[in-house]
Parts: sequence; C-alpha cells; structure tokens
Amino acid sequence: MATSTLDRPASVSKTGVTKHQVDTRTKLFNRICLGVLIAFSILWLLPLAWALDTALKPNAETTKSTWLIDNPTLDAFVRTLQDTDILRWYAASTITSALTALFVVVTASMAAFALSRMTFRWKNWVFWFVLIGIMIPGQVLIVPQFREFNSVGLLNTFWAVILPQVPTAVAVFIFKQFFDGLPRDLDEAATIDGASFWRVYRTIIMPVTRPAVAAVAIFTFVTTWNNLLWPLLVLTNPKLMTIPVGLATVQGSFGIRYADTMASAILGALPLVAVFLLFQRHIVQGIAGTGLKG
Amino acid sequence: MGFLAPFVGLYLLFIIGPALYGLLMSFFDTSLVKPGLSSFAGFGNYAEALQSSDFWSSMWHTIWFTILTTPPLIVLGFVLALLADRVGRGRWFFRLAFFAPFILPSAVMALIWIWIYTPGLGILETALGKIGITSPNWLGDASWAMPSLGIATVWWTLGFNFILYLAGLQDIPTELYEASAIDGAGPWQQIRTITIPLLGRTTTLVAVLQVIASLKVFDQMYIMTAGGPNFSTRSVLEYIYDEGFTNFRVGYASALSMLFFLVVLAVSAVWFMIVRSQESVV
Repeated sequence: MATSTLDRPASVSKTGVTKHQVDTRTKLFNRICLGVLIAFSILWLLPLAWALDTALKPNAETTKSTWLIDNPTLDAFVRTLQDTDILRWYAASTITSALTALFVVVTASMAAFALSRMTFRWKNWVFWFVLIGIMIPGQVLIVPQFREFNSVGLLNTFWAVILPQVPTAVAVFIFKQFFDGLPRDLDEAATIDGASFWRVYRTIIMPVTRPAVAAVAIFTFVTTWNNLLWPLLVLTNPKLMTIPVGLATVQGSFGIRYADTMASAILGALPLVAVFLLFQRHIVQGIAGTGLKG
Repeated sequence: MGFLAPFVGLYLLFIIGPALYGLLMSFFDTSLVKPGLSSFAGFGNYAEALQSSDFWSSMWHTIWFTILTTPPLIVLGFVLALLADRVGRGRWFFRLAFFAPFILPSAVMALIWIWIYTPGLGILETALGKIGITSPNWLGDASWAMPSLGIATVWWTLGFNFILYLAGLQDIPTELYEASAIDGAGPWQQIRTITIPLLGRTTTLVAVLQVIASLKVFDQMYIMTAGGPNFSTRSVLEYIYDEGFTNFRVGYASALSMLFFLVVLAVSAVWFMIVRSQESVV
C-alpha cells in the first residue's frame, strides 16, 4: 500500500480510504504497478551495469558477451589514466564549468537585482531585451561566435568555452523571480538608512538567495560540463579538451579495446555522478521548478 | 546601472552581437578561411538551402528523430512517474535509476551504447539471439540507425520528464482521489478522470521542451554514427556544422542557422498559444 514518504508530508494514502469494496482491486493494481516499475528501473540500470562489468574485464575477455568476469582487473582504468589525457580533461572541465557557474551567478544576480529593486528609465525595455535571449538557442550562434573568437585569437583557450555561456537569460529570469518574491521591508529599511545598493545586494539580498544560487550554479555547472558542440569547435588542442570533447575525439582510437573504452566512459562520468549524489535534491527541485513556471 | 553592466555587456558581445552578425553573414558568401564578408549574395544562400536536397533530408532526419523519441519519452515519463507516485515506497531508488543516465555527458552515453550495439559482440545482439531474434546491424543499417539512436536517447533523457511529471503529480491534491474513491472509482478511472486532465499543463510543457530538445539533436549522431550510414542520420545541426566547419561556407551555414532558428521559434510560438488557450479555459 501507499505509505507516505519524505516527498509527501501528508500522511494520507491516496487509495486506502474506503477499505471495503475498493481494497482488493487496489491492492492488486498497486502490486502490478510496483512490478512494472521495478522491471523498468532494472532495464534502465542494465546499460550502466554492463559498462562497469565490461570495464572490469581484461580486453581479451570482453568479446564473450557474458556477465561473468573470470579475471576481474582494474587494468583498463589504469591504462585510461596513463595513456589518455583524461586527467587534463578533468582539469579543463572543472575549471571551465566552475568559472562559468561563478560568472553566471554573479552577473545574472546583479542584473536581476537591478531589474527587481532599482528604478531607472527603459527598465521594462531592458527586461524584454534580456528575455529575447531565452528564445535564441545557443546552437544557432556557433558560426558567428566562432568567427568572433577566431578574430581575437581566443580559440583554444578556456575563455572561448566560458564567455559565450555566461550571459544566460534564464538565470536572470530565475533570480528576478526570486528577488520579486522577497519582502520589500527586508531591504527598504537599509536603503532608507543610506546603505548603498551594493551593500544591500551583498549583505542583505544575496545571503537569503542561497536556494536560487544553488539551483543556477549546479545547472550551469552540469550543462557546461556536458556541452559538446561548442567546446568541440573551439578546443582542438588535446591537452585543453573538456571531458566530452576528449572522449568523443579519442573514441575511435580504442578500436576493439572495449574494456578500455568502458573504463574511459566510467571515468568520464564519475565527477558528475558525484555532483549528482551530493546535490540530488537541488537538481531535482530545479527541474521541478521549470514545471511550476510553465 | 553598474549592476546591469556586466551581464548586458557580455550579453551584447556574445549573444546579440553574434546573432546580428550571423544574420548579416547569411546574406553574403562568407568563407571561414577568408577575412571579411566576401561578396553579397542577397537571398542566394536561403534560396540554395530551400532547394538543397541535403538541407531537406537533414530536416527530415531531425523531424524523424523527433517523431521517434518524443512519444515514448512523454508516455513512458508519464506512466513511470504515475506508477512511482502510486507506489510511494522507494521513490529515491526509482528516481536514481531513471535520472542517473540523464546526467551523463553525451559522449559517455554514446560510448556505452556503441558498445551495446556492436555487431557480433554487443550485449543486445547476444541477448536477443538467446530468445531467437536476429538483430539488424543497429547503427550500421541505414533504416535502423535512427531508431537505434532514438532508443539510446530515450534511455538517456527519460529521467528529465520523469521528474517533471513526478512534480506535477505531487501538486494534485490528495482529497480529489479520496473523494472519488468514496464514490467508488477504481484506480483506472481515477487516472482517466483526475490525473490526466490535471496534468494537461505539465504535458504541454514536457512536449514543447522535448520537441525543442529533439530538434537540437547533434551529439548522438556526431559521436555514434557521424551522420551515417550514407548520411541517413545527419541532423540539421550536423549539416550546419559540416557546411560551416568542413566546407568553410559560413555564409551559407549562417543562412541555415537562421532557418533552423525560425523552426524553433515556430514551435515556441505554438506552445505559447496552447498555454494561452489552456489558461483561458481553466
């Protein structure tokens, strides 16, 4: 039967109200639900398990297509770490993703603060102008952006990866919504006392904006980390590549060394798996938040 | 104004500027390897694109991919979220199982599925062989390559829709179910008369996000099939990439980008209109 979970604080079950007639039907139905759900979740975990299973075999044994591992070994992981530039890719991905997240949070929250708390001419126009950015998919801009970075000689630098991803209109929108929801009394008193906007922003508004900061930072981090098309264009030096670009570039060179291929895939996924496990709640709530906005 | 400056400055430099520059280039025969805009082409690039069979086939591949992935992603996302919501227990586990693939970089997802699809050795072929089904060459056969990419994509991104639906389901007040249960409604009736109608807005949102995401498909094809076999899986974005960065025709590629932008814009506009009409009904 449906029992309450952390996600549903109301302890009333959805179906257990009229115990008499509906009960057996409902019980059976819920059994079937659970069965189907478990079957699908196993199906969804199988590819990951298979990747791990393959990576733990010696290359020569991967061709047997069996789950049994006769001679478990970590050799494939060791080889990947030694023979590819994956450690450099980790560094490149971490640096670009962390800096992008930082810059997005700072610039977007400042812009949103201005749009939410200050009065100036053209304010509505500026807001609409920023909203246009939500409509433009980044992929449409790769050609002109590439020429732009080429002409100033910034190709094959981390700046080329970071800068185009910083002006994220959605982030401004999210912060503005959050600020608009904060009570005015919070900062009005300080403003009347003569505190500068900068002080209000730094010491009053931002400290209570943690949830929005976390959501925007984590999302920017993950999307930057996973971005393939743009970094693929601007990073051609194997020593500067991010994880997805590096993996996509070397995948052909593994040939039939399937254990090595899977080990590199797993190593490539590890940091994000850690991020996911640490921030699961934020990520899930962030996605659910998009639903509420719609 | 100092607060706006950093964002607006970067926004002008890296979004609005390039957008206008791209629009400008789309009217010129600009080349990647020559400086400047080169000669004026008028609407030549647009005319060429609209008459190019390569453009239309890449457009069709993109739409075919969207048709193959959107319905299963919406239906499965809805059904599995519904089941998880009903069962209640162990929700963290189901969320982990369905959502874990979504956070993988596309390259990781692609490597895993290339291995699963490997002809002769892949686990899929072996498993299907055990129950007597002969596998096609999943990624190597022109008619199977796109469905294979679709299956991998459904596995990869289902978790996102699952979470959206789960959130939508938790917004439905429990009292509605209780009241209908007192009236003798069974689970199936409850789903039909309460859950599906009340999730209408979530479904619109999921559908539009899904269609737009599918239209932007690039990574899977680029890594898993390189647009092949015989260009049968080349998407619009990959066509833009090929024309701009392999053939150096950035003027033409800019025109293609503008056409692609119009399609995405049209989808967003349809969504906007649907949301409007839903709001006026409720």
